[in-house]
Amino acid sequence: MRFIVTLILGLLPQALVAQAWEDRQTFNEGASTQVLRIISSTDTALFAPIIESFVSQYPYIAIEYLVTGTADIDRRFRANPDAFDLVISSAMDLQFKSANDGLARRLTNIAHPAWAQWRQSLFAFTSEPAAIVINRDAFAGHPIPNTRQELIQALRARPEVFRGRIGTYDVRQSGLGYLFATQDARASETYWRLMEVMGALDLRLYCCSGEMIDDLTDGTIAVAYNVLGSYAKARVKSKDKIQVIFPADFPTTMMRTAMVSSQAQHPEMAAAFIQHLIALQSSADEVSFPLPPLNSQLNQAEHATIALEPALMTFLDALKRKSFLAEWEDAVIHNN
Amino acid sequence: MFTLIGGTAILALLLFFAIRNYAVQVAQSAQDNILGASVTSILDAAVIWDGVVEIDIPYASFSMLSTPMDDRVFYAIYQDETFLSGYPDLLITQTKDRDISFQTITHQGELVRVATASRTLIGKDKRTQIRVALAQTQDALSGTLDQISQNAALFVTGFFALATLLSFWATSATIGQLKRLTNSVTRRGPQDLSPFEKPVPLEMLPLVVSLNSLMARLDHSLSQSEEFIAEAAHRVRTPLATVRSYAEATLQRVDKEENRQAIRSMIRAIDESSRAAGQLLDHAMITFRADHLERQNIDLVALVNELVTRLTPIAEMKDLSLRLQCDEQVLFSCDPILIQNAVRNLLDNALKYSPSDGTVDVFVTATPSIRIGVCDSGKGFPEAELDTLATRFSRGSNAEGTIGSGLGLTIALDVATAHGGSLQLSNRPEGGACALLLL
Ligand SMILES: Nc1ncnc2c1ncn2[C@@H]1O[C@H](COP(=O)(O)OP(=O)(O)OP(=O)(O)O)[C@@H](O)[C@H]1O
Ligand SMILES: [Mg+2]
Repeated sequence: MRFIVTLILGLLPQALVAQAWEDRQTFNEGASTQVLRIISSTDTALFAPIIESFVSQYPYIAIEYLVTGTADIDRRFRANPDAFDLVISSAMDLQFKSANDGLARRLTNIAHPAWAQWRQSLFAFTSEPAAIVINRDAFAGHPIPNTRQELIQALRARPEVFRGRIGTYDVRQSGLGYLFATQDARASETYWRLMEVMGALDLRLYCCSGEMIDDLTDGTIAVAYNVLGSYAKARVKSKDKIQVIFPADFPTTMMRTAMVSSQAQHPEMAAAFIQHLIALQSSADEVSFPLPPLNSQLNQAEHATIALEPALMTFLDALKRKSFLAEWEDAVIHNN
Repeated sequence: MFTLIGGTAILALLLFFAIRNYAVQVAQSAQDNILGASVTSILDAAVIWDGVVEIDIPYASFSMLSTPMDDRVFYAIYQDETFLSGYPDLLITQTKDRDISFQTITHQGELVRVATASRTLIGKDKRTQIRVALAQTQDALSGTLDQISQNAALFVTGFFALATLLSFWATSATIGQLKRLTNSVTRRGPQDLSPFEKPVPLEMLPLVVSLNSLMARLDHSLSQSEEFIAEAAHRVRTPLATVRSYAEATLQRVDKEENRQAIRSMIRAIDESSRAAGQLLDHAMITFRADHLERQNIDLVALVNELVTRLTPIAEMKDLSLRLQCDEQVLFSCDPILIQNAVRNLLDNALKYSPSDGTVDVFVTATPSIRIGVCDSGKGFPEAELDTLATRFSRGSNAEGTIGSGLGLTIALDVATAHGGSLQLSNRPEGGACALLLL
């Protein structure tokens, strides 16, 4: 499976990839005098209510919502910063680097706490912890692991059950996967042991969360590591099939961020959208804002939430990335 | 005052720029320290494996570059002349090993501070130099500077306001004291030449000291003039008296009527001169004393009484009776020498211009106002000349044959005026002149 994914993403001609979107929808199409283009990694289903409440406020605006993976967002946006008004992604590091490189427009009149924004150009609007999501059937009669250490023990105890049935992001393909992996590695050595154990059990690698959660739901895999829990819940119809576990040893929490392109065609409208996004997340009810809002008790979870700071560029450094990926492949593939 | 404020303003400005300049240095060196530490930590992470350079940038290297203003960070890593990673467009300079150089340059349209450092790695068969440039925008720095500048401006404005207030206070306090001094100078009577003894501020001490010394000299020269006048009167009168006594003696010895007549004229002229000299000197003395009135609280009744007593023998010689009618006591603050002089002249006139067997009424009263009156039973003032009699050297048409200089009433008027009063001349309906000294 991993091989196939690698094949599809790695070997397809670049042009073809550039044209393909995971999803592409236009809201308020009729009234379109201005079309706001949003490139995003968030599933349309989760984002639609936000867009709909926006266009109900600004009925003369149409929104084209383009969904793709985080790494692809970064590639496309850097290639054509004038093609998109808004960039929304869960890969904080890639977003940060774009803002640092001056690709984000500074919005001076948006009030947002300092920890949830960077340089008035990158605005966080969700707090989403990475989770271990398990298929309940696979753990029937067995203790549910609550930490990474317990997960390692559970995997080692029943390798026959888990072989070929563990999934995680292919960090080489997924920006969010890479972010979670590097933050995990930074936090604890346990990450590497877990990767070695998973690698030895024929780890499946996914480009995107969708397929991973689909495979988990139908029982193809029993464990998905470093998935967005809330995301999984939203995607799965029969919620009792899976269980979302936020590891108790060290949670890794990501903040979804939005920015206005420095070369946006409709910068005012884009800024208004960010304003709307921020206002909506704080007044959140689950219907109008289906994503987990910003963690208000940030201080408690301070160590767990990835900070919007220049350090996010560390693992994006070419040398650093190269050696991290080498180590990761070493752990995951050599044991394969 | 304005020089003071101007000086304070310049001082305040200097202070502001000094603080700002200092703050710039401190803030810049703070940023340099962090950039330096970060660059060093990156360089320290560089290792060479089988001829391949690996740099495992510590998370803290960039983490320590977080600023409240979210400054942008750029970096570039070179191996010898080959770009390894980071931002290829970041300008990188040559440095000696382990030497961190700092520069402020423009990168991507923004002012950035760059720290550049290098390190030589020794591999199996070659040496290679790793160079790292780390740049950061200066928003937080300028934010800090703005904050410091604001605080400094506030502080300096406060300083200026305080200094201005102080200078106002100091000046007004000094001016207040000057005013008090001026007041006490103007309030003083003309004869008050005693030194100022009120406490004065230290700065004004020299002024007061020189003022006091001026007063002492003035006092001295005034008393000298007084002495001079008395001396002059004496000097003129004495030889005249001598001449007169010789003339008298000669008159006894001369028998020829012609000669006797001449000598009598001579004696008369001497008397005129003597009188004139005396009156002139008295007038001069009065003019002088009028300017430096030496008031004393005295009983006018006693003063007049004494004069009347003194003149009674002369009155008796002329068969005139002097009648004194007065209140119990009339206290008045005045210069007794002047009043005495005035009253003496009035009495003198009464004795001189009224015929024998008459009565001279003298009264002193305090009701309705303080007044001294001398009324005789003579022919009275020549009615036509009433207005002019008190002018200098003016004598009435009735004065022919009497010795006089025409200064008596002038003296009386001057004394009255010096005391804020007046001289009233009138003729009584029943006959006789009446001179009233209204005080
Ligand atoms: N009691 C008086 N009765 C009448 N005439 C008077 C009387 N007193 C003054 N006079 C007139 O007023 C004139 C001015 O008087 P005043 O005393 O000034 O001068 P004087 O008596 O002539 O000279 P002296 O200076 O010697 O007194 C006198 O010459 C006289 O004509
Ligand atoms: Mg006279």
